[in-house]
Amino acid sequence: MSNSSNSGKSYLEAGETHYAIGHPKSVFMQWMLTIDHKRIGLMYAAVIFVFFFVAVLVALSIRIELFAPGAQLFDGDSYNQAFTLHGVIMIFLFIIPGVPAVFGNIIMPLMIGAKDVSFPRLNWFTFWLYIFGALIALSSLWTGNGFADTGWTFYAPYSLNTNTNVITTLVAAFVLGMASILTGLNFLVTIHRLRAPGMDFFKMPLFVWGIYATAWIQLLATPVVGITLILALLEKMFGIGIFDPSKGGDPVLFEHLFWIYSHPAVYLMILPAFGIMSEIIPVFSRREVFGYRTIALSSASIAGIGYLVWGHHLFTSGMSDLAKTVFSFLTFFVAIPTGVKFYDWVATMYKGKIILTTPMLWALGTMITFVIGGLTGVTIAMIGADIHLQDTYYTVAHFHYAMLGGVVFLLFAGLHYWFPVMFGKMYDEKKAKIAFYLNFVGFNVLWFPMFIAGYQGMPRRYFDYLPEFQIYHQISFFGALIFISGLAYMFYVLIQGMKHGKPSGTNPWHATTLEWHLPSSPPPLENHSKVPYVDFRPYEYHHGEPVVKFDYKTMKRID
Amino acid sequence: MSHEYVPEIAVDRDGKKHEVQGWQGDFYGGKLGFWLFMLTEVMMFGAMFLVLTYYYSLHTQDFLDASAHLNRLLGGTNTVVLLFSALTMGLGLLKMRTGDVKGAKTMIWATIILATLFLGIKGVEWTEEYTHGVFLGLDALQSGNEHSRPFGQILFYGMYFTMTGLHGFHIIIGIGLMIWLVKRIDAGKVSPHHHILHFNIALYWDLVHLIWVFVFPYFYMIGAGDVTGGAIHGH
Repeated sequence: MSNSSNSGKSYLEAGETHYAIGHPKSVFMQWMLTIDHKRIGLMYAAVIFVFFFVAVLVALSIRIELFAPGAQLFDGDSYNQAFTLHGVIMIFLFIIPGVPAVFGNIIMPLMIGAKDVSFPRLNWFTFWLYIFGALIALSSLWTGNGFADTGWTFYAPYSLNTNTNVITTLVAAFVLGMASILTGLNFLVTIHRLRAPGMDFFKMPLFVWGIYATAWIQLLATPVVGITLILALLEKMFGIGIFDPSKGGDPVLFEHLFWIYSHPAVYLMILPAFGIMSEIIPVFSRREVFGYRTIALSSASIAGIGYLVWGHHLFTSGMSDLAKTVFSFLTFFVAIPTGVKFYDWVATMYKGKIILTTPMLWALGTMITFVIGGLTGVTIAMIGADIHLQDTYYTVAHFHYAMLGGVVFLLFAGLHYWFPVMFGKMYDEKKAKIAFYLNFVGFNVLWFPMFIAGYQGMPRRYFDYLPEFQIYHQISFFGALIFISGLAYMFYVLIQGMKHGKPSGTNPWHATTLEWHLPSSPPPLENHSKVPYVDFRPYEYHHGEPVVKFDYKTMKRID
Repeated sequence: MSHEYVPEIAVDRDGKKHEVQGWQGDFYGGKLGFWLFMLTEVMMFGAMFLVLTYYYSLHTQDFLDASAHLNRLLGGTNTVVLLFSALTMGLGLLKMRTGDVKGAKTMIWATIILATLFLGIKGVEWTEEYTHGVFLGLDALQSGNEHSRPFGQILFYGMYFTMTGLHGFHIIIGIGLMIWLVKRIDAGKVSPHHHILHFNIALYWDLVHLIWVFVFPYFYMIGAGDVTGGAIHGH
């Protein structure tokens, strides 16, 4: 693909960029103070993947402990802290910022033809708020009585009584929630205001739809958990009694308020990831996406229905039977728009010209793992089955299939797909595919046995177990080894690609959306040389070739 | 931005020109962003009202008894003070829009004074409650000792201090924002042609007083039946 004669250097190298404060000279400060959405997105990526690996290592230590019955590595208390640390990092520091913070920042403005997000300075502030929250969370590892041991859900009344550092973790979660709210707010205004002329909502790429639906959840659900955490905090400090049964408070109310946010939060994680899937499938099938409008609207309806299902976390907490039935019924409904998406993706591939590149492999792998994760979710949405399976390894396996095998796999897919946009280089496809297969096999060996163990009654969050479960834990352990090697190898391949990869050109995948029509790769500071007029649908292919072509100097259509 | 922003023009295939909306100087975008932010505040206080309603339904009589002991004179005065401050804030914005910068500044200062007055009255009220032994962390609001109040009263006062405290925190933030706004006006960064900051702070202030309009009856008035001549019967 052609590189235009745009004289601007790429955003990675340019000494000149927009800053929050002043005009720093050193390269380091230029990054610290940048308000360029692409640089901020890259910094998010660097930080969240560091946290990801920390949490993976904690998970590995949990697996080592569980290799045999009895205490090996941990006693019960430190085991509780270990799974809490794993959960808190994975949820609050990795997967919630995850796709929106990285690709929402780097790619979304490129896709809609904007120069930046609506509030670039707020974006900079948000990034540092996130870092600040992360530091508060980690500080509690070394202070006071050690990290919280409540699990990432902080259920009352235990969280109110334990003397570990729950307060610090609650403050951290609140600050991180603020960062998430501000990210969502910024994206909502960006998508409403800064779309290129001609691009109406139904000409937006589907990833933008995913980010849009997500941003509403970030905005409307996060404040509820924020205030819940504040109430829990005040409860711990002053004993106001709200969640404390010894003063007439109701601990189940905490569970309600917590899940009013935290269940929509899982859709907050998956919707932008589905957006990545909707980008990859049409590009590597060389076909216009099937059912564009239904995919777009299913994102919106998942975000809407997702608000009304939180009660399914409380089937064993003493809710009324009527409430259980209603929540169970509503939970099944989420499967409908999700199913619509899956059938649309499959229909897009039908009679397409499928090209098995690494991003496509990740997307296809996710179709398998997420279907397992999603459908096992439907089984535990049934009240009767849930009574048996709640808080067992079945549930653990379910949400890891959905979150890791769905969100994180698609995050990796996006990482491979948009790698040329971010760095202007290409990784080694052959090695990246090997990394995928290692991950895919390791993942399934790691998690699938847990469905069986959980079905037979292995409870979650126990550091010890009956001998009959040993075989499942041991298979899981070997799966974990394969999976972690796969992860390490994948990042090795990507980093090698970053350093020594061949120049990729601006559109190596023959994709159609605007982030592939930049003047250079990696893009210059203010993105497109000129803002194009958008009078085309996002995925127009004809006989396997993109329909829309641009003159990259003027950004006028020349097809 | 130090220099004037000139919007880019996109040209479609028919040669028609379309102005591109940039992030710079986007008044409508700034408004939209702040409205969305206000929505998060509504969700936050909304969750607390939900908690309050739930416990009211569980401990109705305790709630009414506790509410009857709140100082309606001070609370009512504060309501009036805050409503007036909303008026001055709104008038200030109107003056800014019509180009009367000096008048706008006077109105902002009036709002700051009213807001400080509100905090002062709130302080008197809390001190009074403290001397009566009713405050967060004091024995009366803990369970299992001789001063303990009934469950419902503990919950009522717990929520009362939490919500009026958080509301007061918003007032303090608001005062800070208004002082900053005056400085920005003095520096010429906020002017009748570029008053998004003034607009958004006025919006913020409206929300702060709106929340109080709900906080006041929910806490102070539900137990007022005995005073006003018996809206509540049968206890």
